[in-house]
Amino acid sequence: MSDEALETEEFEFAKIKPVLVDPLIDNNPIILQVLGICSALAVTSQMITALIMSIALTSVVAGSNAAIALVRNHTPASIRIIVQMTIIASLVIVVDQILKAVAYDISKQLSVFVGLIITNCIVMGRAEAYAMQNPPLPSFFDGLGNGLGYSLILMTVAVIRELFGSGSLFGVEILPLVKNGGWYEPNGLLLLPPSAFFIIGLLIWAVRTFKPKQREVPEFKILPAHGEVA
Amino acid sequence: MEALISLFVKSVFIENLALAFFLGMCTFLAVSKKIATAIGLGIAVMVVQALTVPANHLIHAYLLKEGALAWAGLPNVDLSFLTFLAAIGVIAAIVQILEMVLDRFFPALYYALGIFLPLITVNCAILGGSLFMIERDYSLAESVVYGIGSGFGWALAITAMAAVREKLKYSDVPAGLQGLGITFITAGLMSLGFMAFSGIQL
Repeated sequence: MSDEALETEEFEFAKIKPVLVDPLIDNNPIILQVLGICSALAVTSQMITALIMSIALTSVVAGSNAAIALVRNHTPASIRIIVQMTIIASLVIVVDQILKAVAYDISKQLSVFVGLIITNCIVMGRAEAYAMQNPPLPSFFDGLGNGLGYSLILMTVAVIRELFGSGSLFGVEILPLVKNGGWYEPNGLLLLPPSAFFIIGLLIWAVRTFKPKQREVPEFKILPAHGEVA
Repeated sequence: MEALISLFVKSVFIENLALAFFLGMCTFLAVSKKIATAIGLGIAVMVVQALTVPANHLIHAYLLKEGALAWAGLPNVDLSFLTFLAAIGVIAAIVQILEMVLDRFFPALYYALGIFLPLITVNCAILGGSLFMIERDYSLAESVVYGIGSGFGWALAITAMAAVREKLKYSDVPAGLQGLGITFITAGLMSLGFMAFSGIQL
């Protein structure tokens, strides 16, 4: 393994940069690949939970991509799914235990959604699509890039929902609320589940207006990937 | 009994897994283009959910929970950190067994549901149902009802979504919103509709 690691050490950064940057807007896992939306919607009513969730998912997907790439040549194709599942689930357990130890309140608020990183399609999707064919270092950066692309959408949605839903960012009051003697009447709808759907829908519309290439994506593109993953 | 009926209604409508907790969204958006496939997947999810939630309840209550191993003479052992690994293992195993049983005894059903079964292992609604059951500390009876109810709620949501999308084919949607964008907006409106059920007490 160390030989391989050395080899990848020399991997030019010119090649790594697109792997890292592409998933941010051009090939964003949420708005273009339609992966991992489950948690993207559920944890975004506050910025702090969205931030913790982003960090948790990014570290899991980067770590699992690197680990799966390390063992990719020793994994028989027939049992690769269960191997990937075990690696991912173990990493999620570590993240969950760390969260419970250092940020117990937030881990309570995130409730089952940390555990659901296991079935988050981004993690499995990247493992299947990238880590199984590439050496550990680029796989790590691919995971990092996709995790950051996910985080970008999560934080954007969370900023809109928290700023206009409760007039604050990270719990700090930005728009003074009427009930505290200010002028802003908060829009309660933004704290409720449906608003997340609307915001992501509109976000997709905005991105596709500026990037016409992304329009009219064949919707069933996701299906084969899903079939393979399962 | 009344508590169980109330739990059923709550898990179908008020706490709908798809529209209130956004679980199983990837499949929800990808497989909701035709009503027939949506119903097939919905039934498969319901069956798997009804089996895995009680199974995970038993494993959690008798093996993993703090003090659960008292029957084996190990009252101080707490294996609850293994919950995620155990839950996903149980789900993968049950889906596999179900696939083999259907193939052997009900070939017709196997051909109808077969293509959806592998998709279900990675459906967050299934793992989410089991994790909610553990977090809310349901009893065995409650977890059976919750499993059936939440599965039914998910099936209901994806069928309704597919029906709306079949009609949407004929509407004039702005270019950038076409496809995925309008689907999100539709899901948002449906979710808004389901919110009307909140506050209902039986």
